[in-house]
Amino acid sequence: MGSLLFSSNTQWVLLSTTILGIAAGTIGSIAYWKRQNLMSDALSHAALPGVVVAFLLLGEKKLFVLIIGAAISALIGALFIQVIHASSRISEDAAMGMILSIFYGLGVMLLTISNRIVSGNQSGLDKFIYGQAAAMVKTDVFTMLFLALLVILIVFLLFKEWKIYLFDPVFAKGIGLSIKGMNIIYTALLVTTIVIGIQAVGVIMMAALLITPAVSARYWTQSFKMMLLLATFFGGISGSAGTFISAYGSGWPTGPFIVVVASSIFIFSLFFGKEKGILVRHMQFRMHQKKIALQPPGSRQREWNK
Amino acid sequence: MTEQVLTVENLAAAYRKNTVLHDIHFTVNAGSLTGIVGPNGAGKSTLIKTILGLHPALSGKVSFFQSTYEKAKRKIGYVPQRGSVDWDFPTTALDVVTMGLYGQIGWFKWPSRFHKAKAYESLEKMGMADYANRQISQLSGGQQQRVFLARALVQNAEIYFMDEPLAGVDAATERAIMAILKELKAAGKTVMVVHHDLQTVRDYFDHVLLLNRTVIQYGKTDHVFTKENIARTYGGNMRWMGVENQDGLPSIQQ
Repeated sequence: MGSLLFSSNTQWVLLSTTILGIAAGTIGSIAYWKRQNLMSDALSHAALPGVVVAFLLLGEKKLFVLIIGAAISALIGALFIQVIHASSRISEDAAMGMILSIFYGLGVMLLTISNRIVSGNQSGLDKFIYGQAAAMVKTDVFTMLFLALLVILIVFLLFKEWKIYLFDPVFAKGIGLSIKGMNIIYTALLVTTIVIGIQAVGVIMMAALLITPAVSARYWTQSFKMMLLLATFFGGISGSAGTFISAYGSGWPTGPFIVVVASSIFIFSLFFGKEKGILVRHMQFRMHQKKIALQPPGSRQREWNK
Repeated sequence: MTEQVLTVENLAAAYRKNTVLHDIHFTVNAGSLTGIVGPNGAGKSTLIKTILGLHPALSGKVSFFQSTYEKAKRKIGYVPQRGSVDWDFPTTALDVVTMGLYGQIGWFKWPSRFHKAKAYESLEKMGMADYANRQISQLSGGQQQRVFLARALVQNAEIYFMDEPLAGVDAATERAIMAILKELKAAGKTVMVVHHDLQTVRDYFDHVLLLNRTVIQYGKTDHVFTKENIARTYGGNMRWMGVENQDGLPSIQQ
């Protein structure tokens, strides 16, 4: 057991899923305030057909090749969502729902075909649905590490710009920030994070890794900076702990374990979160109740009239 | 001759199906405090947004300080409607005011202590110093509006556009905001304010722009804000309070 965990490949995989979790936490916080949580879900599902097509066309299973296919297909999905929303009366979330199911259905169909063409389950592409970090080779790990670090770097470099872009885009445009440019950067970072995660976490679970750390962080803080930092922390823990646990069983998928860890952090935050946690709110309510009960009727009124 | 700070020629704008604004012509002089007045749906907010290039213009030309918007950008301050942003966003009042300095700070750089001090000064001016580190979600509507105004002040612009800064604020905030607007005017700045309360137009503004899809009339309040012009702007659905008085205060009956 120990030898497996400390084999150099596992260490690299562990590092890369940790960094992936951190990247997902940062860009997820931005998606949260852009009120586009479903977007990450739609785009990660939309990446699947691209993975299969890239494999069928190039016959390679290197992460880098598959990432490009995934990115193209996710971007096409994003474009469709925008076109549907802009040119019809269909709302944005309905458009996301449509694209999610259509692209995912197409992906599964292509997967079945490719499994027939490549004898048996040789392609191993079905791993992309639930994710299998252990299947990654060193070049995959490096590709993922590099891109994840790039995402993190850009998010933190543009910290001030994200803030105004999310809080007041109209004012931001007024003082000369290109909202179109920020939209492009945001979509590019989101898609990058999704596609580098699909091998380790899988297309279904990737959305959860993007959304959950950000939502959990929201329960602890009232500052955007802190939220971003906490989301990176929660994301990193989810990524590493999930990978660690899945390494115990041979052939265990990584994605579900990462999501289980992320969800546990969320449930803990939901109850005990310092700012919005259920327990804290309840205690505050009881405290006020007691205060009111202690005062004789009418005394408050007198206090106000002073 | 006073300096012309804003010239609008033949401006038109539309939303999906309807033309909202057409044939807009007017020239604003430096140091004027203008109320933009008109019924709901007259295109008041759209006018501001189109002038500032935040909404696409169908035709026409807008020049600031005899130059283009791009060149004059630093001299232009904008206060959007309070409801246009997400007040749940986790940030403090001071932080929001600092956003007014982002253009000066430059992109990709972080605000320095100097910028924070400037933002604080501006909050103080709006009587909001005690709330500097308060979460914006915990501020009342009037306080949020003061924060928005402080953010505009810190920009130190030459011409300000404000979209209903007095909507839904209490009397104290209204007085505080008007005091600042008059101070800006006294300092030679130009201010254009979308305004809804016909009763106060005379007290607040030295110029009035009556708008209903197009400019009904623009000029000095004394000349423009007459019964006839107001009736033309609002389509005659008016009931006049104190009719015996020639300058009676108009109110609207829908």
